[in-house]
Amino acid sequence: MNIAVAIDTVPQDALPSASEAGPAPKRIVVAYGFWIFLLSDIVMFAALFASYAVLVRSTAGGPTGVQLFNQTTVAIETACLLVSSYTCGLMSLAINSRNRLGTYLGALVTFALGAAFLTLELREFADMIARGATPQRSAFLSAFFTLVGCHGLHVTLGLIWLVVMMVQVAVMGFVASVQRRLLCFSLFWHALDIVWVGVFTVVYLMGVSP
Amino acid sequence: MDASAPSEFLVYTIGLFVAVLLTATSFWTANTTLLWPGGVFLGLAVLAIAQMGIHLVFFLHITSGPESTNNALALAFGVLTVFVVVAGTMWIMADMNESMMMPSGAPMSMRMQH
Repeated sequence: MNIAVAIDTVPQDALPSASEAGPAPKRIVVAYGFWIFLLSDIVMFAALFASYAVLVRSTAGGPTGVQLFNQTTVAIETACLLVSSYTCGLMSLAINSRNRLGTYLGALVTFALGAAFLTLELREFADMIARGATPQRSAFLSAFFTLVGCHGLHVTLGLIWLVVMMVQVAVMGFVASVQRRLLCFSLFWHALDIVWVGVFTVVYLMGVSP
Repeated sequence: MDASAPSEFLVYTIGLFVAVLLTATSFWTANTTLLWPGGVFLGLAVLAIAQMGIHLVFFLHITSGPESTNNALALAFGVLTVFVVVAGTMWIMADMNESMMMPSGAPMSMRMQH
């Protein structure tokens, strides 16, 4: 394996094929570190998924998933988040080319789609609560609100982060530190969509299939 | 930015297209009567994992290339942890549930639940 060979057998300054001696570029290291953080975040979501799976049948005589979930809403939410992931990718391309307009445009569309997702989700929660399907009603609902709410909270924080990043681009331009942070943001945003794939499959689709 | 093989724009676009396809298939799978119901659960799980893979490769650029070795290894460890957490939780909770299910009001039998 590449890493093992590099660390164990070959002294740093004698690396024949390395394009540069010494540690990897900051960009690579930062991305790796943030990736490890994202994986830990996904482990946390896994615990919430596991809790949901255990409690999904504990409806305590209250409403079940079949009675509460609207697949059309979920489909639109999924589309919003998926396309926002795509536009985030396009934004990354613009950042790499130091294309300011492209970056702002990509960020704007990504934000709009993320905000649309959140609006739909909040409306869904409000609707459920109005119908008496509160988090306190049953273990199933507690698990549902915790899992889906936690994901929604991540999306909210992501949107705030995106706004902050656009301010940084406006003020500082495409300096190396800003580019690294934008790289971390896109990793975060894509990871959120990956978690959502799990959410809509396990919670909504498995919840309503006959 | 090297222009070898597909352009980066194309990579993202292909990823989106395949992800949309998998999502649509998932929704169809959950709602159709054409499939044997016992297989729907597994089908949805497979489609979800496939779509996560598409996201990882096309959006997050976690490939089998030498640049992503560290990231791929970290991912493998993450997946292992997720598997242990989810499978372990479900196994333990199912086992505990089973241990709680004593027939109430039935004549005391000498059968031991294991």
